[in-house]
Amino acid sequence: MIDQLTSYQRPSGHGYYGKFGGAYIPEMLHPNVEQLQQSYLEIMQESTFQAEFRDLLHDYVGRPTPLYYAKRLSSVFNTNIFLKREDLCHTGAHKINNTIGQILLALRLGKKRIIAETGAGQHGVATATVCALKGVECIVYMGEKDIERQAPNVARMRMLGATVIPAISGSRTLKDATNEAIRDWINNPSDTHYIIGSVVGPHPYPDMVARFQSVISEETRWQLKEKTGSELPTHVIACVGGGSNAAGAFYHYLDELSVQLVAVEAAGHGINSGMSAATTALGKPGILHGSKSLLMQTEDGQVIEPHSISAGLDYPGIGPLHAHLFESGRATFLNATDEEAMRSAFEVARLEGIIPALETAHAFAALNKMDLNSNHHVILCLSGRGDKDLSAYMKQMDMIGETGK
Amino acid sequence: MSKIQELFAKKKNRILNVYCTAGYPRLDSIGEVIEALEQNGADIVEIGMPYSDPLADGPVIQQSSQVALGNGMTISVLLEQLKALKGKIHIPVVLMGYMNPVLQYGFEKFCADAANAGVDGLILPDLPEYEFETEYGSIIRKNGLDFIFLVTPETSPERVVKLDKLSSGFLYAVSSSSTTGTDKEMVSVDRYLQKLQGYKLKNPVLVGFGIKDKESFDKACAHSNGAIIGSAFIRALEGSDEIGKSTGEFLHSVLD
Ligand SMILES: Cc1ncc(COP(=O)(O)O)c(C=O)c1O
Repeated sequence: MIDQLTSYQRPSGHGYYGKFGGAYIPEMLHPNVEQLQQSYLEIMQESTFQAEFRDLLHDYVGRPTPLYYAKRLSSVFNTNIFLKREDLCHTGAHKINNTIGQILLALRLGKKRIIAETGAGQHGVATATVCALKGVECIVYMGEKDIERQAPNVARMRMLGATVIPAISGSRTLKDATNEAIRDWINNPSDTHYIIGSVVGPHPYPDMVARFQSVISEETRWQLKEKTGSELPTHVIACVGGGSNAAGAFYHYLDELSVQLVAVEAAGHGINSGMSAATTALGKPGILHGSKSLLMQTEDGQVIEPHSISAGLDYPGIGPLHAHLFESGRATFLNATDEEAMRSAFEVARLEGIIPALETAHAFAALNKMDLNSNHHVILCLSGRGDKDLSAYMKQMDMIGETGK
Repeated sequence: MSKIQELFAKKKNRILNVYCTAGYPRLDSIGEVIEALEQNGADIVEIGMPYSDPLADGPVIQQSSQVALGNGMTISVLLEQLKALKGKIHIPVVLMGYMNPVLQYGFEKFCADAANAGVDGLILPDLPEYEFETEYGSIIRKNGLDFIFLVTPETSPERVVKLDKLSSGFLYAVSSSSTTGTDKEMVSVDRYLQKLQGYKLKNPVLVGFGIKDKESFDKACAHSNGAIIGSAFIRALEGSDEIGKSTGEFLHSVLD
């Protein structure tokens, strides 16, 4: 309990952030999850683990990623915007920070087979990449609908040697891919490690993934100090699907209460359209994929199929850490529609020469909804690059002309 | 003594527990299904409360859950149906489901309403033992319901003993680590069940997952008190217009 009073970072011994978290899993998963619970902190603290993790982040992923002062964007919003360039990570998104960490952990646990779920395909590619790097079998579950809308990433996973299995149940998106990955884990209890791609799932995943992603804010603290003289920004903005890039970008500011944390969810066609993925606006406490969090669901407790143009945000829940940040008021939750995100993607491309992922475009869209001024220092987590979304962007240009507006 | 405990006091071997998804194949099938199960030798009925994301279930039960939800099945509808059948059902009734719909119904209200509708026991595979002990177990007991934990071949001996102690009615031994309805070979099931027998458990043991016919039922019963059949029964009901007849034929193929 003391942890809870002093820090937003760490969950309780049973994996709770406030009232959210835990490990609501069937007995079939218990041995694997318990093994992780008992060993993850110890393994992550080993000096050989840390050395290998840091080396790979540096030499293979390309860290530290730059913190870039976006001058033209800043002047449009009359403030100071620093972009944390996770898009420059190897494979094009923050997801690889976590997969590097988890593959090293899996190998230390003696696992021979890796499974993962993916939405946008970024986590699938990042998992296929580290499996190729280490010569481990890799199976990625991906919703059939996402396989269609993120074709380039499917091709990348296959080229890297991974097997991509379509999830054909439910909404055929990220939630269903996660169900299938969990079922695979139940059926392969001894040789398999499940690399979850966000701060979701049963304890210890939310904490483990947040720790691997925390390198983002570990770097921004000293990078911002170099640029401004202060480690602390006034605001940190990140998009939230499950919430891993946001968890990483917030992590070392969670207990710095002067820093405003802004999480941006996907509103799809609009909060009240019935076609949305804005969990904090629409969800109630519930249990999905092994943890208690906020969840979009019917009155009868059936999970609602979400909608977002961005496959990586098309998820009916959020990680338990974020549910707690929402409930406690520590973070502000905003949302952006498909259309607003699309408009921001074009704006950033034209102003800064950076094509962001559709997921990240939601974080940019939130700039329009904030009261910013020239005294503010805003860090925005540029979680990924937009190559994978080119077909959606091309469709947009066809529809409304070259300006994209 | 609960109704489930009374059953095991009278009959110690070859207990047959049959699972059926509520609202499958039709919204109001449950009465007919239970009547046919009783008449053809089932000892316990396990009613699945359908959920959109049944993590521990294979394709057959996923599919039946989708059909049932499409038919309009909810916990309230099910409990109303069971209340209306009270007095007409003689075998123990166990409800099986996932935590989320139960939490939305309200856990305390759920237990009270279920007990009132004649339900004898609960299986909630994603209710962990820590939360059971600290929050939910006392509510379940207060309402006089049995609660049944699952154990698997991978569950450690100390944990089997602990989950047995927390359970009442019976203990659910999953035959192999799998989702429901998978056709994994039950090669080592003998050894696993003999090991369980060696722990001197307080509860009778029923074996589930992968029990689909006479051969697998007999094998499961050799070193336990009986078995649970789910997916195979759902498959027998699929496309049937005569629930009574299909149920009878299926049970005879298992028991005769
Ligand atoms: C570029 C990018 N940003 C954000 C996300 C959303 O995930 P999370 O909320 O875990 O950061 C994804 C997921 O696929 C992604 O690819």
